[in-house]
Order: sequence, then structure tokens, then C-alpha cells
Amino acid sequence: MLQNRHLLGLENYPREDIQTILDTAFSFREVLDRPVKKVPALQGKTVVNLFFENSTRTRISFELAQKRLSADTVNFAASSSSLKKGESFKDTAQNIEAMKIDAVVMRHPTPGAPWHLTKFVDAIIINAGDGTHEHPTQAILDMMSLQEKFGRIEGLKIGIIGDIRHGRVALSNIYGLITMGAEVTLCGPANLIPPFITDLGVTVNHNIDEVLEWADAINILRIQRERMGIGLIPSIREYRRLFGITTERLAQHKKEIVIMHPGPMNRGVEIDSSVADSDQAIILDQVLNGVASRMSILYLLLGGKIEQPK
Amino acid sequence: MDIKPLPEKLLLHGGTILDPKAQRSFTGDVLIIDGKIAEIGSVGSNTDSTKIDCSGLIITAGFCDLHVHFREPGREDKETLASGSRAALAGGFTRVCVMPNTSPPIDTPEMVGNIIDKAADLPVHIHPIGAVTQQQKGFELTEMGGLLETGAVAFSDDGLPISNGSVMRMALEYAGMFDVPVINHAEDLTLRNDGLMNEGRVSTQLGLPGNPALSEITMVHRDLELAVLTGSKLHVPHVSTAGAADLIRRLKAKSQNITAEVTPHHLFFNDEALKSFDTNLKVAPPLRSETDRQGLIQAVLDGVFDCIATDHAPHTIEEKEGTFDLAPFGMIGLESCFGAVNRVLVREAGLSLEKLVQLLTVQPRRIMGFDDDLLQVGKKAELTIFDPDLKYTFQVSDIHSKSANSPYVGHQLIGKARITINKGIIAKNH
Ligand SMILES: [Zn+2]
Repeated sequence: MLQNRHLLGLENYPREDIQTILDTAFSFREVLDRPVKKVPALQGKTVVNLFFENSTRTRISFELAQKRLSADTVNFAASSSSLKKGESFKDTAQNIEAMKIDAVVMRHPTPGAPWHLTKFVDAIIINAGDGTHEHPTQAILDMMSLQEKFGRIEGLKIGIIGDIRHGRVALSNIYGLITMGAEVTLCGPANLIPPFITDLGVTVNHNIDEVLEWADAINILRIQRERMGIGLIPSIREYRRLFGITTERLAQHKKEIVIMHPGPMNRGVEIDSSVADSDQAIILDQVLNGVASRMSILYLLLGGKIEQPK
Repeated sequence: MDIKPLPEKLLLHGGTILDPKAQRSFTGDVLIIDGKIAEIGSVGSNTDSTKIDCSGLIITAGFCDLHVHFREPGREDKETLASGSRAALAGGFTRVCVMPNTSPPIDTPEMVGNIIDKAADLPVHIHPIGAVTQQQKGFELTEMGGLLETGAVAFSDDGLPISNGSVMRMALEYAGMFDVPVINHAEDLTLRNDGLMNEGRVSTQLGLPGNPALSEITMVHRDLELAVLTGSKLHVPHVSTAGAADLIRRLKAKSQNITAEVTPHHLFFNDEALKSFDTNLKVAPPLRSETDRQGLIQAVLDGVFDCIATDHAPHTIEEKEGTFDLAPFGMIGLESCFGAVNRVLVREAGLSLEKLVQLLTVQPRRIMGFDDDLLQVGKKAELTIFDPDLKYTFQVSDIHSKSANSPYVGHQLIGKARITINKGIIAKNH
């Protein structure tokens, strides 16, 4: 059903497959609204959640998606620091493979790690975030939330606000949204926007008020406090002055735009609490859609009939 | 590959003899008696010698590589002088200069002497390059006079740049007394930052931290101006950017003592190849954009580069099997060199084969002051016999290095060394 055996990233991912994933996600969303929120779709399948760095939200979302589909789930938390001490990535991968599992959901701090994993294991691989590279399931759930809100993605104007360079959310969103026909503008400190990013078909505008005037929806990325004090962001006060999504700033704009945030939020830093809790925000819908999207992806990759290349 | 002692009388029959010194080529034979060239020209086949049919093959001076890492002492698990020599012979190289970033680094006359002793009986001529600074720390100069006396041929802290400008200036001034080149691995570490690949559209697409072209360009510029200022010999290794090549082109006009090398991999691959996340493509300086690659090829055509050097840098499979951030920088390159540069420069870019052979033979020898007139009666036979037309897919079986970190595996190369004759031995590739 899907053209790729794995879901590694959304770069060059076929548009029709994104649409299939979204359509299937909406049907699973209905399941989540039922009193009994479980289907036997993946009974007998085993999925390992292999997390080389902590991401409680993403892991729980995947775990819940697996349980709702009746798959057997194992969590494997490996610290990347133990890898540096000599236990090899290959060993970890092969150990997991030896346990005869059907799919691996992997979070890893290094770009490319899921591609690397494909060399060592035969299981289906789903990228749950590889460092500053891709986080395709997050982008799928964001697109699902946009489609739910607007009834379409094509033609939407989406602003992505904040630290584009160090996040894993921006790239997959850019690839996915551009493929689906949306327009994307990035807004953040110039030193946190990757060089040559406009080659990917996006616009960069450092003026947040212009972006708010233009956009149908904005996706606000988390500003990590680790970025302070190393020359990347002068101060939180400065960041809020230039890029913060505050109640006062939104009040200056007549158009009511949709507010998204992949979480976890720093309330009072990149987003005001009152904005996050307002009717404009669809942040909690994103969380629920995350489970539905991941059910869809697992189902299509593990349950659908796929030609498996030998 | 078999390596055997040379027969007493060996006749290389009916090849194209390409003399890169005299810049001429002709069909003929080479007769080797007791390891020395006895006759060149039309020897005929009526002698009592062992005969090798060289029709379709080119007989020329042995290839010379100014930039290899043989890891001895300290990392004999990656390569030794002996295993590196086999890799060199397989690639048609008879003479190499080994970089001093071993463990510990080659920074004393005693250590240079050690390399010379260990290499004496190996089938390849191995010339140590001494460290510029003690322990390659970038501050105190080594005993350069003593290093040269025991056999070093140049100075480099390769692997690491000489970041401090005054140290680089002093190194050039001091080495200038002996008229030998200083070779600086030019990357401004503060601009390189945590870069793992070339900074560009591809690094952004892959989410990998980028190393900007400027990190090389600024330091190459500094080094070139220092070479002009001091008048000393500067050799710029592994140029990866079109910008640095342009500066070399410009500043060479101001000093006769500037030379530069380019590697096969910076001519063969661009950063798009990193989309495979193949850790064998992780090198320093990194594979650059297609624009840079084209700029380097043009610079070769324009004569900006004096030689091709492989920067053969072996690493273990275990190290390269790690994720991209943890894998060390470097790839091997001796075995694949000729097939790669012959394909890119001669077949694709229209460089003459004669020019390419000069870049691999006489020109590197001149930089180091080695004898460059090898195709002469009476000279010890130091020859490479290659097939310029052989098209093949480079395979693991083509690798003779102790390490196998080659990104060329699976790529089509054109041209291959068939026979290498050196130091009384004959090595034949299958
Ligand atoms: Zn180097």
C-alpha cells in the first residue's frame, strides 16, 4: 500500500502515500472516540520502541498506538552515552533483531541513525526522531491536525517559528507541507535558521508580525534553555521581544490564526500560557492526532500488504 | 596480488612507454637486469629473459603519493608500514610519504629513524614526514634539523591544523633554512565548529552540522600569504574548495615556493553522496558541493595543482560502523586512486593521460626533491604498468590495506595498475 517499506523521513516521500496515511489516521481517530478503543489489527506483531534518548511524549504516543492496535510492545531505553563507551550501535541493533521483532520505532540523537539501522536489521523501521534531522511522525500528526482544522492542506500558509536549526520537527514539516502543496515561512533568529534552507522551497522572514499577518497557522517550536549563554540567543527577554508569541502581540492582529506547538512547551518563553490555552490553539488535538497518526503508520507498514524487496 | 622477487632478467615487451620527465611516449620494450633498467626501446624478444607482454598497457615511472597515513606506531590494527606498502603497490605506488600523526607522533629524530629502519626492507620507498610541533600540539617547534638528518623529507602536523598564526610563520621561517616544505592541514577549527560534512543545501537536508568552505579558505589564505612573506616552501594538502584553489592560483604568481595537492575523493564525490549516510564518506576536509568539485577539476586542468595525493587514512570497520557523529574522519585511497582520477580527469574532463601521469609521478617527486628521471638506463627499476582502459566495479577484493573504509566499493572506475616493479620485487594485480 505504501511505496516505502520503512518510514525514515519525509524528504521525497510520495504525496499519495502521505494522503493515504492521513486518510487512514482519520479512520483510527474515530476508533479513539469509541468506548472500546482497541482493534485487533496488529495482533501477533511485535514492535520495539528503541529510544537512545529520552522522549516520554513520543514514546507514550507510540506505545499507546501499538496497544490500541493490539500489537505486543517492548520498550528498550539505551543511553547514547553507553554507546560512546564502546557498546556498539550494531550490537544493540542485532540483539533486538535476534528477538524476532516485526518493527523498530527508533529515537536517536544522531542524524541518519535510522538509515544506519537498516543495514543491520531486517525489521521495518520507523524514525521517531533522528537528532536535528527528521521526525516524520510528528509532521504527519501536524498535517493531520491542519487537515482536521481547515479541511485541506493545499494552499495553506504555515509559519514555523523558533529554533529551526536545532529542532527535529522543522525539516519533516517542511518536506511534508511542501509536498502537500502548503506554503511555508520560517521565522526565528537568523543564526538558528540553517543555511541554504530556502533551497527547500520555503521563505524566511525574521519579522514575526509580518508572519502572523500572513499565516493561516503557526507551529511554534520549543526554545531550549541550553541554547542560552552560548552565543545563540542573547536572553529570553530578547527572544520574547523579537519572536515570542504573546497575548499582546496576537491582540494586534485581527486575523485569528491557528496556534500549534509540538510540545513540550516552555510557557512564558516561546509561547504565553494564555495563548497556549486559548481557543486558537489546537495543541491538545495534536496530541490525540499523534496517537491516530502513529496507529495509521504502524497499521499501513505492518498490516497492509506491501511488496517486500528481497 | 602476488609479490615476487624480480627475475634476473625481465623483459617488459611491447608496451607504450610513457616517460613523464621527457614528456614523450612511444611503443617499445624495457629490459630489466638485476633490478636495474638495462635497455629501453626496441629490445626484441630474442633474449633469455622472462617476458611479460605489455601490449595495451602503459609503462611509466612508479606513482608517488605525498600524503598517506600508515598508522605505525600506535594503531597497527588499522594499518602498518607493511600492510600500507601492499596497498600502495596495488595502486601502482612505489614511493609514499607517511604523515606523522601516529601514536605517539613522529616528532623526534629517533622516531624518524625508527620508521626508516622498519621501512628499509619493505617493497615501497617510505619517507617519513616529521611533525612541525612537538607532540603536534601546535606550539613548540620540533628539532627539524635532526629530523631531516635522520630521513624526514617535510614537516606537517596533519590531522590537526596549526591554528596559531605565529607558530605557522615560525615553522615556515625555520623549515625555510632547510628548503623543505611545510604542509598544513588547513581548517579553521573555530569556523569548522562541530561540522561533520560540508555546509550547504545537503547538510541542511540531512540535519548534519555543516563545516563551511570558509574554514578552509581563510586558513589557506593565511598560509599562502605567510609563504609569500617568508619565501619558504609551503605545500597545501587536500584542497577541497574552489575558493582555496582560486587563492592558490593567485598567490602562486607571487611565490615559486607554493605547491598544492588535490585528492581523488574530492574530485570524484560531492556532498550529495552523503545522503547515504555512509560513514566511509566522512573525511576532513569534507566532500564539498558539486560547484567546488567542478572548480577543483578546472584547477587541475589549469595546472593549479602540482600533484594528486590520496590522504589514504585507514580506520577499522568497528569505528566506521558507528553512527555518523562517532565515526572517525578519513578514507583509504591508494588502491582506488588511479581508476578514480583517470575516470574523472581524463575520461570525463579531457585532461591528457600524459598530464595525469605527471601529477602522479614526476611532479610530486619534484616537490620533495626526489629523483624524477626514472626511465633511464642504469636506474633501479621503479615502474608502474597500468591499463588505462580497464572498466571495472571497485570491490572489496581490490583492497589490500588492513582497513576497508573505502566509499569507492561498488563504483565504476576506469584504469588500473597491473604491475608494479620496485626495490627488486614485482607485484601483479589480478
Ligand atoms: Zn589532513
